[in-house]
Order: sequence, then C-alpha cells, then structure tokens
Amino acid sequence: MASAASSSTTSASTLPEVRGASIATLAEGVRAGRWKARDLTEAYLDRVARLDGALGTYLLVDGERARRRASAIDAARVEGRPLGPLAGVPIALKDIFITRDIETTCASKILRGFHPPYESTPSQRLADAGTVMLGKLNMDEFAMGSSNENSSRGTVKNPWSLAHVPGGSSGGSAAAVAASLCAGALGTDTGGSIRQPAALCGVVGIKPTYGRVSRHGVVAFASSLDHPGPFGRTVDDVATLLEVIAGPDPMDATSIPTPVGRYREAVRAGSQAGIAGVRVGVPAEYFGAGMDAEVESAVRAAIAEVERAGANVVPVSLPNTKYAIATYYLICTAEASSNLARYDGVRFGYRTPDAHSLEELYTRTRGEGFGWEPKRRIMLGTYVLRAGYYEAYYGKALKARRLLADDFAAAFARCDVMLTPTSPIPAFRFGEKTADPLQMYLADVMTVAANLAGIPALSQCCGFTRAGLPIGLQVMGPPLGEEAVFRVAGAYEARTDWHRRLPEDPRASGGVA
Amino acid sequence: MSTDSIAPGRAGVGTGAGARESTAGGTGLGKYEVVIGLEVHAQLATRSKIFSGSSAAFGAEPNAATDPVCLGLPGTLPVLNRAAVLAAVKLGLAVGSHIRQTCRFTRKHYFYPDLPKGFQISQFDEPICEGGTVRFRLHGEARSVRLVRIHLEEDAGKNLHAAAGASFVDYNRAGVPLCEIVSEPDVRSAEEASEYVRALRTLVRYLGICDGNMEEGSMRCDANVSLRLRGAERLGTKAELKNMNSFKNVRDAIEHEVRRQAALLDRGERVIQETRLWDAARGLSVAMRSKEHAHDYRYFPEPDLPPLVVSDAYLADVRASMPEIPEARYARYTALAALSPQDASVLCAEREIADYFDATVRAGAAPKKAANWVINEVLARVDDARLLGEAGVKVAPTALAELIALVDAGTLSGKLGKDVFLRMWAEGRTARDIVAAEGLAQVSDTDAIRAAGERVLAAHPDELRRYRAGERKLMGFFVGAVMKEMGGKANPKGANEVLKLLLEG
Repeated sequence: MASAASSSTTSASTLPEVRGASIATLAEGVRAGRWKARDLTEAYLDRVARLDGALGTYLLVDGERARRRASAIDAARVEGRPLGPLAGVPIALKDIFITRDIETTCASKILRGFHPPYESTPSQRLADAGTVMLGKLNMDEFAMGSSNENSSRGTVKNPWSLAHVPGGSSGGSAAAVAASLCAGALGTDTGGSIRQPAALCGVVGIKPTYGRVSRHGVVAFASSLDHPGPFGRTVDDVATLLEVIAGPDPMDATSIPTPVGRYREAVRAGSQAGIAGVRVGVPAEYFGAGMDAEVESAVRAAIAEVERAGANVVPVSLPNTKYAIATYYLICTAEASSNLARYDGVRFGYRTPDAHSLEELYTRTRGEGFGWEPKRRIMLGTYVLRAGYYEAYYGKALKARRLLADDFAAAFARCDVMLTPTSPIPAFRFGEKTADPLQMYLADVMTVAANLAGIPALSQCCGFTRAGLPIGLQVMGPPLGEEAVFRVAGAYEARTDWHRRLPEDPRASGGVA
Repeated sequence: MSTDSIAPGRAGVGTGAGARESTAGGTGLGKYEVVIGLEVHAQLATRSKIFSGSSAAFGAEPNAATDPVCLGLPGTLPVLNRAAVLAAVKLGLAVGSHIRQTCRFTRKHYFYPDLPKGFQISQFDEPICEGGTVRFRLHGEARSVRLVRIHLEEDAGKNLHAAAGASFVDYNRAGVPLCEIVSEPDVRSAEEASEYVRALRTLVRYLGICDGNMEEGSMRCDANVSLRLRGAERLGTKAELKNMNSFKNVRDAIEHEVRRQAALLDRGERVIQETRLWDAARGLSVAMRSKEHAHDYRYFPEPDLPPLVVSDAYLADVRASMPEIPEARYARYTALAALSPQDASVLCAEREIADYFDATVRAGAAPKKAANWVINEVLARVDDARLLGEAGVKVAPTALAELIALVDAGTLSGKLGKDVFLRMWAEGRTARDIVAAEGLAQVSDTDAIRAAGERVLAAHPDELRRYRAGERKLMGFFVGAVMKEMGGKANPKGANEVLKLLLEG
C-alpha cells in the first residue's frame, strides 16, 4: 500500500478500475487518501486519449487545467484543508454549459472561438463541490436533435454499437458516461435530451423539476422547456450530482426557492427498505402503436419487478398526450427563434469574413454559422410568432400545454410516480432518420410531455435488445417529486443488474482522431 | 368638436376645445385640427440596470458599465430590478394610473447592433400601469392629457459611427431601465406637446425617478402627428417623429411636421405613415422607414421572467411614501397661500424649490414674502435649483425665515435686508449674527434722525433754499443724504417724516 507521500507514478497502482466506477467510490477514496485526485484524473484522461477517437464524445479536453485542479485538491488534503463532497471526481460538461475562459460552442460553428467571461451556476456548483472538469462534450447543435447527428463537430458513436447513434441532444454526455470517459456529466433536457440518450446508452439521467436547477449560464434553446440535469452510471450517482447542482439561484428568476430534497437518502430508502405501498401509475397512452416490441416487453417486465418490490401498480390516463409533440414543437421553435437572435456576428463567436453591409453581416453570419436544424427551427419559430398568428399557434400551444399539465396533476392524484418507456425504440443507425425530420421529432413522443409540464423524469436501464442495445425505463414524478422518483428508481436498480453491464471499450484508435 | 367657425379669420392652427392657437402660422392651416399623441421614454435613475447588476449611471468609458447579462451573452438570464418597478409604480400613482396587480414582460424582436439579444425586453399586453392623466397649464389654462399606459422596458446601447465607415457600439446604456409613457392623442398643438413633456419632466424629477435631462437622452420623446379637417371624426394618417432632444426641438419638429402635412393635404396628396427623424441643425425632418418595411416584432411573453405581482400592501407602502406632486402644490399655493399663478408656477417647477419654499413658510415666514425672497433672491443665485435640496445650501430656509422676520419687525430696511442676504449667501452666517456684529439694526429713533437731518440741512444751505423756494423734488436728495449720514441704517419712513418737519419748518 502506497504511503501518502508517494509519487503519483507509484500511487497509480492503488487506483481502482475506473471503468464502471461509481462517483461515491471515487470520492470516498480521495477523501480517505486511498488514491490521489491527480491519478484519478490521469486515468480518465488516459482513457479519453485512447478511446475517444472512436467515440467522439469530447469537443474539448482541458487536461492541463484538470491536472492543475486535481493536484490542488491533493495538496489541500495533505494540508488538512476542507475538501468538497465530490473532491477529485472527474466530470465533464455538455458544451452548452458556459465555462469561464474555456471555449463554449454548443457544437455550433457560430460560437467557435467564444471564450465566456463567466461560469454557469451548475458547473460552478460542481466545481465548488471539488469535481475536476475534464472537458466539454459533444451534442446536437444548440441541443436541437435526438441523435447527435446535428453536431457541427462530428457525430458521437454509441459505445454499445459504433454503428448506432447515442441519442441526443446530450449524446456526448450519455456516451462519455457509458464508456467511462468521465465519472459523471451534465446535460440539458428540452424535450428528452437527457433521458433519451441516457436510455440509448444504458446510463442514468434525470431531468429535474423546472426551476430546480438554475439555467444561469446554460445556453438557451427553449427557455421554458430547458432543464439542466446530471448523468451517471447509477441512480445514486445521479442523485449525488443533483444534490450538488440543484437549488435556488438569484441569477435565475425562474429557479425555485424550495430547499433541495434528500435525493441520496431517497435512493437508499428505495434500495434498502423497498417501496411497499408506493403507487406506480402506468399511463395507457405511452404504450401505443409504434413501439418496438423488445422495448415494450422490457418495460413491462420492469413494471412487474417494481410491483414485486411492493409497489401498487395502477393504470392511469394522460388523455392529451396526442397533442404533446405538436405543442412542444410550436413552443420550442418559437422560443428558439427568439433565443438564437443574438448570434449576429456583432459581439462574439463567428462573423462572416465578407459582409459589405449590416444586412449582409446578419444574413451571411447566420447563414454560414448555423447548421440546418437550428435554421429549420428558427424559420418555424419565426413563422409561429408572426404578427396576427400568435393566438392560432403560440397562444393555442400554451393552452394545450396547460391541458397536458392538468393531465399530469389529475394522474398524480392517483399515483406517486409513473413508469413508461423513455424512447419507443432503441438506438437507431446513423442516417436512419435524418432524411425525414418529422420521424426524428416523433422519437421524442415519450419525453416531451414532462418538459411541457415541468415535472421530474428519470431514465434508467431496464434491459437490452437481442442486438445488445440498452432499453430505457422512464420514471416520472409530480412537481418537486424528485425524492419519490429516486426512491422507486433506487428500488428497481437494487433488484436488477442492468446497470452493472459495461460496453466493451472500443479498439484503441491510436490517439485522438 | 370644434369647427372652422369657432375661430374665424385666425391664421394659426386651431387647437380644439380651447381654441388656442399654435404658432405654426401660415394661411390655410386653420381648417385642420392637429392631433398629437406622445411617447416619452424616461430613463429611471436606478443604481443598476433593469435586469442586471452593472451601473446604470451616465458617462462611463464606452462599455465599462456592462456585464454578461446586458451584453446578451449566451446563457445569461434577466433578473428584475425592484427599484425600477418602484419607480414605475410611483409614476403610475402620481398620474392616477391603474396599477396592474399582475403584469408581465414581453420580448420585442428586431435586429440592430445596439440591441444585444436581438430582442428588447418590454411590456406589451400587460403593462404595469394603465390609464392616468397628466395635468398641466398652458398659458395659465388647465390642460389634461390622458395616458394609455406606462410600461417598463430596457434601453438599447448606442451605435457610434467613426470616419472611414467604421462603426462601434457602446453597450453602457443597454439595459438601463426605461418607463415608456404613452399618451392618448389628446394634444392639439406643438406648444402644448412641449408643455406636456415639460410637465412630465417636472413630475419625474419630483418623484426622484429620472433626472429629466433631454440633452443627455435620459428623457426622450417621440410624437405621432396627424391632421384632420375640423369636425372630422376619423383620424388622419400619422407620421412618427423621433430624435427631438429638447423642449424646443419638440416644438419646432411638430410645427414643421404640421406645416409639411398641411401642405401635402392642401395639394391633395396623402400623408405616408412613416417614421421621420428631426434634424435640428437643418430645421427639417427626414423619412427613416415607412410602414411597408415595418418590423414584425414577434411579441411573445418573456419566458425567463415570472409574472410580476404587485400586492395591495406594496401599493399602500408606496402610496404612503409619495411626495406631493407639482399640480397639488400649485393648487395649494394659489388657493391656500394666495400666491399669483406666475409665482406658484416658478415655485413648483422643481421639487427642491417648492420644498425650500415650504420650509421657509414652516419656519414662520408669510407665504407671499417668502415667495418674493425665494424667487427674487434665492433662485437668482443658484444655477441648478436642485442644489437647494442639498444640505450645503448657502442660506437654509430657517435662516431665510429669520431674515424675513427681521425685515418684518423693522429691524432691517428692505434694502438693508437684501444686503444682509448677500452677506449670508457669501459667508454662510445668520442674519442675526451679521446685524449684531455690524450694528446694522435700522434706526427708528426720531431724535437721532432729527440730529442727522439738522446736520444735513446745515451742510447744504443752497439746496435748502431751493427746496423752500418750491423745488420739492429735492426731498429725495435730503433723504439720501440722511441715509448716508446714518450709514444706511435710518428707517426710511422715519427719515421722510422728520425731514418733512425740518424742511417745512
């Protein structure tokens, strides 16, 4: 056993296998001095260097800063200074989180070269807890997409099958966690962008209640639908990260003042004491046509497992579910067209090299800087908001949104959580849905309603297809019902071992491609 | 509704019910009624910006007073400054608006380099204040202009164009809070428009919510001007005038616009709905954009700000803290204190003057006398009347009241009183100090005056002979000589009486 004074090279032998390691284990080891934060960071950076060429999860690896920070944590420990609860845990951020002095692009050409002068609240809270930020993760451009194929910086491969998409828009976050290229990650979920890639990559991700995690420093796609949240290998990892990043923020007027719940305790309660008497709703509308048979049977089996854990399964109904996709795409495009107006080449990011007038500066910068999906949504949103049509489109969408929220309120009067598939299909192949944007939009059918209603929803692995692709179970709770969600998710995870399965490491590609 | 017959033969532009005249002049204008609605933007004098923490003060180095939020950097969110809400509520209460219990903010979209986010956060369908009336006087006659609304919004930055085609943007102003005050089309002349804006300026300065400086742009005015034939019900096509950064500009620009539109209509042409920029240097306006190229602002509720709720308790608190507004003071001064309309207007022009006057009266001075002293002596000596509100004012209201009391009691003559006031202003001493130290008290002692009078008569035998021969205007010469003999301290009335006796004797 290496002594505390030993050099990093000799102490590396004491490191645990970081592949598949949980956040709790890693943090505990640093705190106890069993391993150094610096060695942990080196181990993850080594994996990234060896494996990410094949996966494409990172847009930027900030090894130098990560090493400095990890060494500072080790020094603090030696000097007896207080360590944060997650000291030394290597994490990574979807490139939608603003990081001070570190390029933040949303995987868009239009933000290339943007080095922000401030830090997002969620990433600041992670840093305050002692985590070591390894880098910024790939995503669909401006979080618009369900396959990570809309990145301007290359696609992300699903670690379970390199021919398949990782889901989106937080595809980089889900894939990096699945491949153990970081211990945990942050993503954002506007219509399923945490849960769907978590499902397709076989990891855990939660979209908390709207306002539970500050959006300050999270680049806006659709303000009323954007939810930052964590990814982890286990339900406990995700609960741990959420406890750190959640809570009121004076910089976000929509953040909720209510104190943060005890999520890890809820996970423990579920895994140890079970969930006897918990009412689990199963909405009929989420098991309709178009669902993959393997997905349906895995989710049905999961519901049966939850019932065996003591829960009372009750059928519920969310009758307005059929309006969710249309409502979602009216609201999200309207808000996106507004939020993306600031990318004009005047103050930051990309500016066209050859503009001869102000009009040209705008049209060329935006024409050259945005990819097709942001352009499509800007055009749709501009159409939705044009004078004289507000009531017909946006106004009507707001009414439908109210109805969807009312559906959930009525259903949650009869149950404590709801279980559904996260995605009607497992990971699909690259290019399979890009030809038809509408087919891609329909992939969000299980997830968008929770964004419209602002309720917490988690995805965890509940099985694999015969082809070896993960299947996601969605656990939804009422507003601020994160503890109930974690309790049920913790109970299910404790009774299954899907979360212990790891994808094989891709063949080393001889350095970052 | 006024008609041509109300003011037959008048050349000026008629002004509706009051039949006042505009100075627009020119024959043929009289057949048109001028209809003006005004949009006034008042920059609120808050410490920080409306949605972020950087300074809202005027005059910093370009882009020094900025922060990620007001620059519209990705990921930033607006957080409402409560001080801006307070200012809008005060203004609304002062003009009798309905203050909405729930209002919300709206995004108004257009592209321009000085607009960092590509949209302005404003209020659209739910402004904080609805209705209200601004009351003021035009040539002594009471006027009132109804308001449509007062809403809160953020200011934009400023584009600066350098030589050689280079342009720069200064975002210091971006995010400074604004109240937009929108009037009904109740204004009927250029002069009335300018007086309306002046009344608003006085009001916002009374309330301490805006410094009202039009030259620095902390108060800006746009005017919607249209003409219609007298008696017509339908409003004519309007043009919107911008860039009028002084009261004179407001008046000149509207007068010019009235003449321009009248000339068009006289020729049988149509007025085009457009925005026109006033060029004060050239004395004309230039079309900026016409309605065909109008923006579609794509208004929708600002999702980053929850609805703003104004509680009854909050409103009651604000109401209790409101200062007396100018029109209420004017009424008090003219009715209770019996001041002339002119004097009352001067005293009400700034809150600091009125406060100074009120304090002088509270310290015991009679209102009319206090008004004379404040208007003729105090105001003559300050460049900016608002300095009267500061602790370091040279002559405090209580000190002025003491001086007035000394004059009232006959201790000082009016002339001496003014001299003493100047000494007080220069030296910061009290009237009593100066009088005691310099022995300035007026002499009313008849014997002392008689002795001085006898000396004067003895010294001027020639003048005495001429007076007695009937040259009565020499009386003034003798009074002056006696005053001089007594170092200016003789009671002038006493000196007159004593001299009369001596001279007739």
